[in-house]
Amino acid sequence: MISDKKKSRIRVLIAKPGLDGHDRGAKVVAHALRDAGMEVVYTGLHQSVESIVQAALQEAVDVIGLSIMSGAHLPICKKLKNLLAEKGLDDKLVVVGGVIPQRDIPALKALGISGVFPGGTPFSVPIEFINTNIK
Amino acid sequence: MYRVPGFLGGQMGVAKYTKDKKDGIQDVILQSGISVKTAYTPKDLEEVGFDYQKDLGDPGTYPFTRGIHPKGYRSRAWTTRQYTGFGTPLETNERFKLMISHGQTGLNVAFDLPSQMGLDSDDPRAEGEVGRVGMAVDSLRDFEIAFNGIALDKIGVGLTINAVASIMLAMFQAMAAKYGYTKDQISATPQNDILKEMIGRGAWIFPIEPAISLIGDTIEYSMKELPKCNPVSVCGYHIRESGATPAQEIAYAILIANAYIDEVVARGYGAEDFVGRFSFNINIFGNLWEQVAKFRVARKLWAINLKEKYGIINDKNMYFRGLFGGGGYGLTKAQPENNIIRGAYYALAAALGGAQTTALCSFDEAYTIPTPRAALLSLRTLEILMEEVGLRDTVDPLAGSYFIETLTKQMEEKIHQEMKEVEDLGGIVRAVAQGYIQKKVSRQAYEFEKAVQDGELIKVGVNKYVEGEEEDVALHEYRDASADEKIQALKELRRERSDKEVARTLKALEGAVADKKNVMPFLVECCQAYCTVGEMTDVFKQAYGEFEEPSIF
Repeated sequence: MISDKKKSRIRVLIAKPGLDGHDRGAKVVAHALRDAGMEVVYTGLHQSVESIVQAALQEAVDVIGLSIMSGAHLPICKKLKNLLAEKGLDDKLVVVGGVIPQRDIPALKALGISGVFPGGTPFSVPIEFINTNIK
Repeated sequence: MYRVPGFLGGQMGVAKYTKDKKDGIQDVILQSGISVKTAYTPKDLEEVGFDYQKDLGDPGTYPFTRGIHPKGYRSRAWTTRQYTGFGTPLETNERFKLMISHGQTGLNVAFDLPSQMGLDSDDPRAEGEVGRVGMAVDSLRDFEIAFNGIALDKIGVGLTINAVASIMLAMFQAMAAKYGYTKDQISATPQNDILKEMIGRGAWIFPIEPAISLIGDTIEYSMKELPKCNPVSVCGYHIRESGATPAQEIAYAILIANAYIDEVVARGYGAEDFVGRFSFNINIFGNLWEQVAKFRVARKLWAINLKEKYGIINDKNMYFRGLFGGGGYGLTKAQPENNIIRGAYYALAAALGGAQTTALCSFDEAYTIPTPRAALLSLRTLEILMEEVGLRDTVDPLAGSYFIETLTKQMEEKIHQEMKEVEDLGGIVRAVAQGYIQKKVSRQAYEFEKAVQDGELIKVGVNKYVEGEEEDVALHEYRDASADEKIQALKELRRERSDKEVARTLKALEGAVADKKNVMPFLVECCQAYCTVGEMTDVFKQAYGEFEEPSIF
């Protein structure tokens, strides 16, 4: 089973939750993951947490990558994790990037978001993280 | 028939330095794709066909390459306008006053995301965002608080607002009237550039056509009612932040400005009657020489564009008036104090480029919005340039440099090429609607990022002279309570205002939209009745629908 899944391409949803429209980071990471052999779906801007979960379900992705620059990462991540749990989608790997101060990383990890990649993180880090954590 | 763009491959939009084994520079290619030589001589000027009268002219004369004022900064230093706003209108008002007390000469209002997206503070979609990246504005009452005690006949106010710029401009007028200022005393500059939001910054709401029509309404209204307002500030800035080269930044800004001019000309007005109030917002990070050449040639190309395409004859209406500032993308999260130094050099580029107005991103902005200390450091950086090191001494000090003049000519050529590419695709509106520009700049942003990560493009503290340990910076603290206070104030407003007046004015706005009348006078009435930003935006949404983003791949 494990090897079967490894063979197929990892599917990633890059999502821009909330109202922030600064999408340079999201698009750049989308390009990088695609070049690393992953299948990438980009939600576009102004997505609600509900629509992100819906898209994750519809696109049958393995990973949800959130890009958040507005400072609202804690409330957004909390809401997303709750909704995923509610829908029985706990198995989705959630990672987050953007303007994330160091001091908020423990709180994000406590929410079950193990991959936190603040601005300036090299592409290789999330790529490797996703590759190791999707089994 | 339009050319269908193919795959945008290759390394584009990235400066390139080729070095030998001893770190000697062999070859330099600037981000805009121009090669730089080891040294320049009069022969280079000959080769590019440099002609003083034709290419430069004296300062203050057509085509204004050397500046729009004959005396430059001698007659007036630049206006400083740090981007400011957070939390409640009261908190923002205090910060405005702090900045003004430290010598700032203009304001540039930061709105929170719900306000930018036309949502009220109590909208469920606004949760977690109220007052976070800017001031929360729901109604005229908030403007009354935010601008209380500000001399609006002396301090010009930039409003960094786009999709709902018409609403905020109307609100600004209504607020100023309440404080006793007449319409010809106040100067507001709403950003009001929706095409760049669709390319880069993402705060769009309505589809392209009605969104441009709303911009047309603000221009038309300002022309008749608000003589000192600048209804549009076209932002190459955010397009460049999204990955555009300096040449593309200017090319797209001019094409976007033309799209707005065309909208108003199509209503039967002469461009001469309103283009003089256009302004621009241009970025300052990157190679110093390339930016200086960019600012100089932008003035020239805008003047030529207006003269030749729109038949403008009055010199004053050909001025490329600009805020050259920001520089956000050049700043780094690593070793944040380096950003103070970067900011100083970026601001120097703006000064050498003859910026009328400026603002500087603060060193802590890779983390969050600036603390007062960081904002003041930015202001001081701008003040030191004007008052200590001689930037006011003489106009366009780099003029005549073999290198700068050659580069300025070459930039002009590059910008023409970029403009032509978009025109061949059917124009800027079409290129944005189809996502062509978005694809191009996001791909370039990716190439740029890769070059930084591969160490091809040096960023000090990021891929060279790295220190490892993250620095401890004092950060602006978001106050959860300010969101609660804001929502509470909005509830009170909803209780206190006249529901009848709200209903009447919103109905009138609905009618104006349906009859395709200029919405501005109706928005002013809505604001005076304390309709909320969300309520007014909903009227537009009902009629116009919402923009759908094209794919990025």
